[in-house]
Amino acid sequence: MDLYEYQAKELFALNQISTQVGKVVTTAIDAKKAAQEFNKPVVVKAQVKTGGRGKAGGVKLATNPDEAFEKANNILGLDIKGHIVKKVLITPAEDIKEEYYVSFLLDRTNRTFLAMASVAGGMDIEEVAVKTPEKLAKISINPITGVDKTKATEIAQKAGIPSEVLNPVAELIEKMWKAFIQIDATLIEINPLVRTNDDRIVALDGKVTLDDNALFRHPDFEKYIDTANVDPLETRAKEKDLNYVKLDGSVGIIGNGAGLVMSTLDVVAYAGEKFGNVKPANFLDIGGGASAQVMADGLGIILSDPSVKSVFVNVFGGITACDAVANGIVQALEILKSDSTIKPRPIVVRLDGNNAQEGLRILKSANIENVEIVDTMDNAAAKAAQLAAGVK
Amino acid sequence: MAIFLDQSSKVIVQGMTGAEGKKHSERMIKSGTQIVAGVTPGKGGQTLEVAGKNIPIFNSVKEAMDQTGANVSVVFVPPKFAKAAVIEAVDAFMPLVVVITEGIPVHDTANFFAHSQKVGKTRIIGPNCPGIISPSLSNAGIIPADITNKGIIGLVSKSGTLTYQMMYELRDLGFTTAIGIGGDPIIGTTHIDALREFEKDPDTKAIVMIGEIGGDAEERAADFIKENITKPVVAYVAGFTAPEGKTMGHAGAIVSGSSGTAEAKKIALEKVGVKVGKTPSETALLLRAAIK
Repeated sequence: MDLYEYQAKELFALNQISTQVGKVVTTAIDAKKAAQEFNKPVVVKAQVKTGGRGKAGGVKLATNPDEAFEKANNILGLDIKGHIVKKVLITPAEDIKEEYYVSFLLDRTNRTFLAMASVAGGMDIEEVAVKTPEKLAKISINPITGVDKTKATEIAQKAGIPSEVLNPVAELIEKMWKAFIQIDATLIEINPLVRTNDDRIVALDGKVTLDDNALFRHPDFEKYIDTANVDPLETRAKEKDLNYVKLDGSVGIIGNGAGLVMSTLDVVAYAGEKFGNVKPANFLDIGGGASAQVMADGLGIILSDPSVKSVFVNVFGGITACDAVANGIVQALEILKSDSTIKPRPIVVRLDGNNAQEGLRILKSANIENVEIVDTMDNAAAKAAQLAAGVK
Repeated sequence: MAIFLDQSSKVIVQGMTGAEGKKHSERMIKSGTQIVAGVTPGKGGQTLEVAGKNIPIFNSVKEAMDQTGANVSVVFVPPKFAKAAVIEAVDAFMPLVVVITEGIPVHDTANFFAHSQKVGKTRIIGPNCPGIISPSLSNAGIIPADITNKGIIGLVSKSGTLTYQMMYELRDLGFTTAIGIGGDPIIGTTHIDALREFEKDPDTKAIVMIGEIGGDAEERAADFIKENITKPVVAYVAGFTAPEGKTMGHAGAIVSGSSGTAEAKKIALEKVGVKVGKTPSETALLLRAAIK
């Protein structure tokens, strides 16, 4: 789960990392009020979960409250890489002498954690990483020994932090690591970490990604779950404990197992090329043990999506054998039949694996309108794509 | 021959007395696995009847190993307690630990993996994986045993159901060993580890590798294949249509920026001569063609 800048900064403050929490507002009038309270020049910053805000015009300096009104007015509603700005953060402007970069993140390749740091922080850090990688220090962190003051100093030195501020920067890095562990983050990034004209070290911007698997240790992080910006169908699926991702095509997909469903999306998109680029409408994994109720919940969500023109149910019977899955489908469609809000759509079913013959027999003998059985995944995908395209 | 797991494997189940642990212990026994003990702290001394057999339960992995000579542990312990369970097995020098549990915080996995590297006695498979099967010899995990046969193919996969799909499609040729390495960002056994062993195994004549979006494990496997693998390898990669920044079911299945895409993985594999199927079925056909 990615956090907004203001949420990341709240967590920084809670973990004694020097930052500017500022004030989050949703209107230009409140932006002006916040600027009046700070009683000095402020920075108005778009709160969106994507990079490149500055370059997109989402971060502006305002020298007085009226300017804060004007800048906030321009930024609110802005579309930054598909993210509409609904909130802006108002923070007092700092006199910046230097901008640094520091982060801790998960290093999948080496199956450990990684620290990255540079004196060339700011908006162009991605460019620094590509063009002058020697300016971005990368230090592997052992998860067991972690980062103590000595390690933190090593990171700061390798980044080339000037000696006058080496000590406070190292102290901040050590606190950052403690926070990284404490909040179960997979990424904690400060960019820029600024040295002010009076040599204070302040986290001016921050990015935090939390590990969803660790939420059981942090019940208070529930508040960070962003329901406002999530597709309503995704929210509904989550309530039913279903693994659903909304996509922009027209073939509804339901299957068991994340890998198989991902593969189903590809096979449908591939088959859809022949029918005017028909694409999958969603990712939905109902897991290994697909009971009738789970199947009904899943089909219910897919059929509530008006962009769905056909549905492809792709099941491999492993632990839950195909006969059980077939019974689940039959019962699910029975449950859904009584729901008048759901408009029926053609459903293509492919069953393979354990007890496939019996499963197919159950489906055929149920003789359900709109349900078509196809023997292989590739042929079923082609059929579903064809139906979605409206080709006979 | 098989890799990592064979008829001599003596398997214990950590968390056997839980619902999942018991259900799958039963399935493992029925598919011919030698299950010698269960471990549940506080329930030592009891026996559990599983698939008509009385299985002793021990309080600790160490005790279970001392009493039964176990050399494989399958972990069904819930996410909250999984780290402690794996560390216990590592400290007992358990040679192979298969972590089925889904939803373990990645900090916990990073910790127990680092610990296993330090102690140096344990191979971990998973977490968040279906386990490993050497058909008709032994089955450690939740892979259905009755969809395939013993044979000549080695399979290594990030995904459970795609493993099953491929095992089923190629059931006439059969498998030496099929390993589901798991879909988490940090895993104990990688594609490369399995490829290395399959290359050494005389009964494995060809290898199927299944990858998915996220990370760069497939790209690194491609480099490894170029230098080290002489047997035919075919591959399948899932997630060509996955949107950027969305986690697709598996915690590790995410495209970040231009990294981790299916296309990049496919290109890397094809560059070293590995044929990559567009669909699982096409991949199975490629494998058949490769061993002709």
